[in-house]
Amino acid sequence: MKQKSNPFLYFLEKITPLIAIIGALLIGSVVILLIGEDPIQVYKMMFVLAIGNLDGWGNVLFRATPLIFTGLAVAFAFRCGLFNIGGEGQVYVGAFLAAYVGFTFTNLPSIILIPLTIAAAAAGGALWAFVPGLLKAKTGVHEVIVTIMMNWIATSLTFYLVLVYKAPPTEEMKAAGVQQMIPHTSEIAEAARLPRISTILSSLNIQLPAHNPLNVSFFIAIAAAFLVYYILWKTSLGYEIRAVGYNQTASEYAGINIAKNIILAMLISGALAGLVGTNEVMGYKFRWRQELFTNLGFNGIAVALLGKNHPFGVVLAAILFGILSYGGALVNIFTGGKIPRELIMVIQAVIVILVVVADEVAKRFILRRKSES
Amino acid sequence: MAEYLLEMKNISKHFPLVKANDRVNFSVKKGEIHALVGENGAGKSTLMSILYGLYQADEGEIFIDGKKVNITNPNKAIELNIGMVHQHFMLVPPLTIAENVILGREPRKNYFFVDKQKAAQEIKDLSEKFNFKINPWVKIEDVSVGIQQRVEIIKVLYRGAEILILDEPTAVLTPQEVDELFRMLESLKEQGKTIIFITHKLNEVMAVSDQVTVMRNGKVVGTMKTADTNTSEIANMMVGREVLLETKKEEQKAGKVVLKLENINILNQHKFPILKDINLTIKEGEILGIAGVEGNGQTELVEAITGLRPVSSGKIFLYEKDTTNLKPRKIRELSVAHIPEDRRKRGIISEYSVAENLILGFHYRSPFTRGLSLNFPAINQHARQLISDYDIRPPDKDNLLKSLSGGNQQKVIVAREFYGEPILLVASQPTRGLDVGSIEFVHRQLLQARGKGKAILLVSAELDEILSLSDKIAVIYEGQIIEVINAEKVDIKRLGLLMTGAGTSQRKEIPKKDIEGKTEERYLKNEAKK
Amino acid sequence: MIESIFNADFLASAIRIAIPLMLAGLGGVFSERSGVINIGLEGMMLTSAFIAIAATNFSNNPWIGIICALMVGILLGLIHAIVTVTFKANQIVSGVAINLFASGITVFLSWLWFQETQIMAVERLPIWGFAIPQSGEASSLIRSLIVIFAHHSPMVYLAFIIIILSHIIIFKTPFGLRLRSVGEYPQAADTLGVNVINMRYIAVMISGALAGLAGSFLSLEQAHFFVKEMSGGRGFIALAAMIFGKWTPFGTAGAALLFGIGEALAIRLQGIFTIPVQFINMVPYLLAIFVLVGAIGRASAPRADGIPYEKEII
Repeated sequence: MKQKSNPFLYFLEKITPLIAIIGALLIGSVVILLIGEDPIQVYKMMFVLAIGNLDGWGNVLFRATPLIFTGLAVAFAFRCGLFNIGGEGQVYVGAFLAAYVGFTFTNLPSIILIPLTIAAAAAGGALWAFVPGLLKAKTGVHEVIVTIMMNWIATSLTFYLVLVYKAPPTEEMKAAGVQQMIPHTSEIAEAARLPRISTILSSLNIQLPAHNPLNVSFFIAIAAAFLVYYILWKTSLGYEIRAVGYNQTASEYAGINIAKNIILAMLISGALAGLVGTNEVMGYKFRWRQELFTNLGFNGIAVALLGKNHPFGVVLAAILFGILSYGGALVNIFTGGKIPRELIMVIQAVIVILVVVADEVAKRFILRRKSES
Repeated sequence: MAEYLLEMKNISKHFPLVKANDRVNFSVKKGEIHALVGENGAGKSTLMSILYGLYQADEGEIFIDGKKVNITNPNKAIELNIGMVHQHFMLVPPLTIAENVILGREPRKNYFFVDKQKAAQEIKDLSEKFNFKINPWVKIEDVSVGIQQRVEIIKVLYRGAEILILDEPTAVLTPQEVDELFRMLESLKEQGKTIIFITHKLNEVMAVSDQVTVMRNGKVVGTMKTADTNTSEIANMMVGREVLLETKKEEQKAGKVVLKLENINILNQHKFPILKDINLTIKEGEILGIAGVEGNGQTELVEAITGLRPVSSGKIFLYEKDTTNLKPRKIRELSVAHIPEDRRKRGIISEYSVAENLILGFHYRSPFTRGLSLNFPAINQHARQLISDYDIRPPDKDNLLKSLSGGNQQKVIVAREFYGEPILLVASQPTRGLDVGSIEFVHRQLLQARGKGKAILLVSAELDEILSLSDKIAVIYEGQIIEVINAEKVDIKRLGLLMTGAGTSQRKEIPKKDIEGKTEERYLKNEAKK
Repeated sequence: MIESIFNADFLASAIRIAIPLMLAGLGGVFSERSGVINIGLEGMMLTSAFIAIAATNFSNNPWIGIICALMVGILLGLIHAIVTVTFKANQIVSGVAINLFASGITVFLSWLWFQETQIMAVERLPIWGFAIPQSGEASSLIRSLIVIFAHHSPMVYLAFIIIILSHIIIFKTPFGLRLRSVGEYPQAADTLGVNVINMRYIAVMISGALAGLAGSFLSLEQAHFFVKEMSGGRGFIALAAMIFGKWTPFGTAGAALLFGIGEALAIRLQGIFTIPVQFINMVPYLLAIFVLVGAIGRASAPRADGIPYEKEII
């Protein structure tokens, strides 16, 4: 609702995510206290290590990149009234397809192979989201359960495929007579790889350590956020998708094809999730490796909610989660494993609960204030 | 004993965005039928919800039999022998009549279990006492609206109600069912029950009540003996000014046939006919009114014409063009406009702004979309134009529709639907829930459109609306058009009979609504099981 | 070949696979009958699975493990109820958050308490019933009957008692009548003095308790260990069973058994044909999707399912 008249209420409505973050950090500090550590020290360490220098920022943005993709995926579907909680599976299939294209068409030049590999990532994700989208549109089966089931199917499928396309053992492994610990594919062609930001910066004489994993995929993610914004609010397709999300019967009345929009929204959502492959496969490990991703799909939901399902909010929320995730990992190392990094997952879950609760409370508070004025 | 059985003093209640009750005083004597009248939104239902403990008053006091009471929830109201029959039936469709009646006050056996036999017996006893004819074993979803209302009354009697509140009880009934309801109310009164009867239909007030209280804008305007007043006085009190109960309609010659329905049949998912052999035509400059009790196929008829529901057989023509089972978008593109019966469900997207709602259905066409992108200058210009043409308030194109009043939301729909210069306008319950000013506005728009030679299909539950606007009236009953009558020669009594299927022998038998028979069958089955 | 697949041991293993799905599915029935969608079943199962092992290992008593798992299930149910019933937040989001929380807290605590993420159970419940006769001691029919019906963990019998009890509670008692009315038409129930909020709290907490039992069976009785993410989507499969079972206890249990048979069959077939194990692993998930598509049009969810109850119309 437009709140031009009362800036305080307008402000309150916008800052609920901030309240949720503070609340979650407070709950996290109780947990840290219970472990017997000083929460202020731990949080300070977390933020200083994560964003106190350029290398830290690089790592944070690297970790934020896949969350931007999955967060956008969730937010986009949500605008059409759909819960795409199958980001995980879409990431798996998209990334595997990207790897497949990358290590198969090795004789193509960069100018063709990079777009082709990116397209493969998007197509893989879209394909995996198409099934729940189709079932929802044509039979009304709830997408929540189907997308989850598709996650587990994707896990098994890619595990099977990685064994089929397993990289041949290296000379050292042959000599030592060992097997791959975690199965992985061959590396993708040099021509399919996205440049690291460190190489770009070094040509500008800015020093970022060469091992820093931040790569061009981050800019693809930012571009995707702008694209999502444009589609949703500036095109008639976005008008229809949001209309279907708000009110299906009114959309039907207005001549909007609901099934088509549901399927399209799921395809675009899945493609966004699939693009995670650009970061993990094209910009970082250069191969598909089982267990490359942990809970990216689910964290995408948290990111989308925290970002209020707005693409620019998603970017900010993903960066925050990047800080938590990288900072959490460093704290774990620097405290000698005393504070498990899963603490961050707990904090993220608490953020999700608090953000939806804070939204509802703020909504009611605003309504009450409006009725009184 | 106190002079009044019930007294409500200085009751006030605010809601976000509205003040529903403003220092209301309301008193009822024992054993009377007291009509509480007022327009939609006058605060009648709120006042009664406070009496029944559904809402808490912000201020004010309630006395029962002279004793001050504090009704914090429906349980308290029930303890004080107050019962309420809600406007929208508070019945759980998949549960049986018996289960619905006993809910919250279940007779038990062996402590843990519901004693269904005892429940059924009590319901039978009650319905015999008041001559209601109810079979407790049938599910609510299988019985007619008239029976559902009886169940509602049994529900409150089962809880020992002495004061019965009936919120707009006749809205969904046929004239015959209304007569039956009034007879039941008389017999309840004879047994010493006190009845508060909420309505906005003045002939009902005159027919059944002893006393009448009029509300307007959350306040009580006056209370008087029904015998000492008349409908026009009450009407004036309700709206606060003289009302024209008639709409002036210009003489006009109808032109070419615009819409033609040939033998339209629609089956539901159980292969059961909802519409049967519908034949209708509407000409240019003509308003065809569909009269009928709600739920007799009007919704489906409108949806068939606008493409929202496929027809099973038959043809629909718009001029010469066959539009049978075209998609809604195609039909809209042929200049068919539609004011839907349920504004919130179909007509608007309440989270969209006024400007966005004003292009709904036109959003993908030029000038609102160029290429893939929305053309905001055109959209905003369009919004400013229609807001001023139709006096939509507040006049801000960026307001979300949910922040507008019902009347202004309806204006947005009307503005949008007239924008495309339709050749056919399908208007379904176009004035439902609107205040008098907005009703007049919509009626004027419809007559203007008629003057411009547009064909209009008007579906309304308000018989007065149909009578005052239509050129021809088609009576629909159980999915069939019983008769098409010239509006000038209509006999209202006969119309009432036709609407209930009683006035003609042409009607073919339809197996479904044989509810009594179905009831009987199940009843016997259940008896046989024991 | 048929006999080598469909024998008594096969059915017994199908039952054991089905038990967690039955219990969690019943949890779904209680919750959704009251009008609250609970996709947090998955996380409630996972957390309880961990707590069951942890408490068993601390106390050396599996019964204490089960009781602790039950309590944790109820606690998570309470959280879900607070968020969705009192604060009226989106029920699916709350469920997702519970699942996310479960993934984090289980691994977090296993590092903290055990310094590893796979924890073996030190104790397990005894088998109740008759000993399985050696060949020659009894006829094969009696042996089969014992294997299928009378040689199980006490929790298996408990699960079947709970199924019957749930049916009685939901369809024969005042509580059940109120539960169903609250999930179908809460406004109607409210006008008759039924406390919608309380009913939903109780139902969601029962749901958590049942998910807790399901989780403890999964880790203590089926796997005898805890490992991260071991619930493996079973909470969602249980919801599919609930939908296929038309939101009734017997229907849900039957559908869960169908899943049990499907999964057991896939495992058997693997021994006969050379199917990659990954495809065998997909079977329950594929089955769930087919079952959901098959359930279309058979029955519909309670009408108020997923809709927060708003008393005041704004």
